[in-house]
Amino acid sequence: MIRTEEMLLNVGPQHPSTHGVFRIVLKIDGEIIKEATPVIGYLHRGTEKIAENLQYTQIIPYTDRMDYLAAMTNNYILCHAVETMMAMEIPERAEYLRVIVMELGRVASHLVWFGTYLLDIGAMSPFLYAFREREAIINLLTEISGGRLTFNYMRVGGVKWDAPEGWIDKVREFVPYMREQLAGYHDLVTGNEIFMARIKGVGAYSKEKALTYSLSGANLRCTGVKWDLRKNESYSIYDRFDFDVPVFHEGDALARYNCRMAEIEEALKIVEQAVEQFPEEGAFMAKVPRIIKPPPGETYVRIESPRGEIGCYIASKGKKEPYRLKFRRPSFYNLQILPELLEGENISNLIAILGGIDIVLGEVDG
Amino acid sequence: MTDGKTPEEIAEEKRKAVEEAKQKAAELRKEREAKKAAEANTDGDLEKKKAVAAAKAKAAAIREKKELEQNGAEKETLEPSGEEDLDLAKKKAVAAAKAKAAALRKKKELESNSATELKKESEEPTGEEDLDLAKKKAVAAAKAKAAALKKKKESGEVVYDDKAKAAAAAKAKAAALKKKSEKETGDDEKSKAIAIAKAKAKAKAAAAAKAKGSKPVEPVIEEEKPSSNQPALDRYVQIIRENLGEDLLEDAYINRLSKHVPTLVARKETYLKIAQFLKYNELLAFDYLSETHGTDFETHMEIYNHLYSYQNNQSVALKVKLDRNEPVIDSLTSLWEGANWPEREGYDLLGITFLGHPNLTRIMMPDDWVGHPLRKDYEPYDVEV
Repeated sequence: MIRTEEMLLNVGPQHPSTHGVFRIVLKIDGEIIKEATPVIGYLHRGTEKIAENLQYTQIIPYTDRMDYLAAMTNNYILCHAVETMMAMEIPERAEYLRVIVMELGRVASHLVWFGTYLLDIGAMSPFLYAFREREAIINLLTEISGGRLTFNYMRVGGVKWDAPEGWIDKVREFVPYMREQLAGYHDLVTGNEIFMARIKGVGAYSKEKALTYSLSGANLRCTGVKWDLRKNESYSIYDRFDFDVPVFHEGDALARYNCRMAEIEEALKIVEQAVEQFPEEGAFMAKVPRIIKPPPGETYVRIESPRGEIGCYIASKGKKEPYRLKFRRPSFYNLQILPELLEGENISNLIAILGGIDIVLGEVDG
Repeated sequence: MTDGKTPEEIAEEKRKAVEEAKQKAAELRKEREAKKAAEANTDGDLEKKKAVAAAKAKAAAIREKKELEQNGAEKETLEPSGEEDLDLAKKKAVAAAKAKAAALRKKKELESNSATELKKESEEPTGEEDLDLAKKKAVAAAKAKAAALKKKKESGEVVYDDKAKAAAAAKAKAAALKKKSEKETGDDEKSKAIAIAKAKAKAKAAAAAKAKGSKPVEPVIEEEKPSSNQPALDRYVQIIRENLGEDLLEDAYINRLSKHVPTLVARKETYLKIAQFLKYNELLAFDYLSETHGTDFETHMEIYNHLYSYQNNQSVALKVKLDRNEPVIDSLTSLWEGANWPEREGYDLLGITFLGHPNLTRIMMPDDWVGHPLRKDYEPYDVEV
């Protein structure tokens, strides 16, 4: 019998498969991980501290930089929190625009995940296809907001810009195109024998584990918990759309994959309906005071981002700056389960498990 | 070679050469003079000057005519400068050009219509006549416009970006003319209907915007009306009281600013006990920790937890106030693994000590960082300062 001895292996912080600056210190015995210690904070920018000296509108660009793959949802959570405090009524057209851009963002975010995850575990070509389609979405969002990734599109009370002429039609045309491409992805990847062998049964956990670790998003839904804030604690105008919450029960990386792929379809459904119902006239911005001063008190709201439950806590003293601003970042919570999942795993599964959680480091580090 | 030439011939050649030289010199002088003249002229563009002068003359003529028409014998109090006149002339030219274009378009339309609508043609004016009419109209309109402008100027009113205004007016006029011609050629009802629909849509949008926008944005605090979540809060409080005894909660209220979430404020000593109870009690079953973080309120520290029950589809906020100088509190990691990193964040950024935490170390800041940045009294520590 071969005798092995324990060894420390440092993965990251500069490592392509960690999708950012993320470091894991691994104690390995041969190829088996004995202990994994994540080290984060390399991208900590102190957003919450900075925000204490900024007016609410000035904070919006900072939210773009947290989850930079789905910045629209981040824009929304801050505006939503302030609007909740001020009991503001949002014009319908603005709500539709917000939903459309957020769901497009969700599709784009899942596409990035799909492409890079497959790349991580050794398939090159899906990445190219996924990024082609994602680029189409980015172009749409650029057209409406002016930004490619950091949109700074939403405002307290509505959105900054109205949809340019013909934009809605472009979105309408995009939906069937994306559906077609998605079918292509399934042909190419889903059910592929090598892919299945790589992720089936890997990184599995139970529903109870998921709940105690405060997991959310696809990481929770892959264990059979039918939970989506868009449906269960409906915000904005999500109650007007007919869509499903895809749920899988195995709790492994494959279930998470299936979950996200199904979510792309559901997001497209929402976009399709929103475009059909889109009001032709109307304001895209409510009448908002020049200086936004929420009443004294505190609020906590949460919405469904592509990565899970994103929340925003604001403690206000009735001033134009928040007294305390706190974001509940889904990636930060979701990543906590990693050491437990890695323990006893073969080192080759590290990337398949980490990638399956779908983290964005800008969000983990806040 | 010169040997073959007679002296006369040579003299003749010389003369010719001299003459040529003289001519050249004269030409040069002329050129120089012309250049000088051009230089003396600041514009350096004779043609432009001429045009300006012509425009001035034209404008003056128009003015005279108009004055005769409108003001009668009224005397001019202000002598308009040449530039203003030039502006007027320009405006007029633009308007005329636009009108001409409109008329041409109209003519074309008429021609194309005449091919298909032979019947109607006899009743309608011919293209030629129409063109004349349009021209006349445009000229009249331009005149009126110019007169109005002039009047305005004379009465001392400030006229902003006249040029743009005039251009816009001319455009509008041209459009109106075009529309009129369309009407005349038989599109009457259709265009009318479109116009009406457009006006309606506009009015509707304006009304909607007004209805939505005019509402003053005010924090709605209806203290009198009991919240829809009040029964839920009462139930929680009652269950806690029945099972754990009196006086465990410092406060219990509905947070109206936070979607009416029932909020419980625990005592420092009972915090963990209540959290445990909220999680494991079968009736309450708050099995999901959505969020936990701390806040420095200067008078005290506060921990805020948002719990959720998948069984009952209910939320509750659990808070606890801590002594700011000695922020120590039980950790929730024994109940929810998910509280691990957020509590480390609380320790790192606020300096709160969580008792029973498995690994209470800094998570965002480097291990050798001095101070806790989210505390309100935080002073950045820098050895070099």
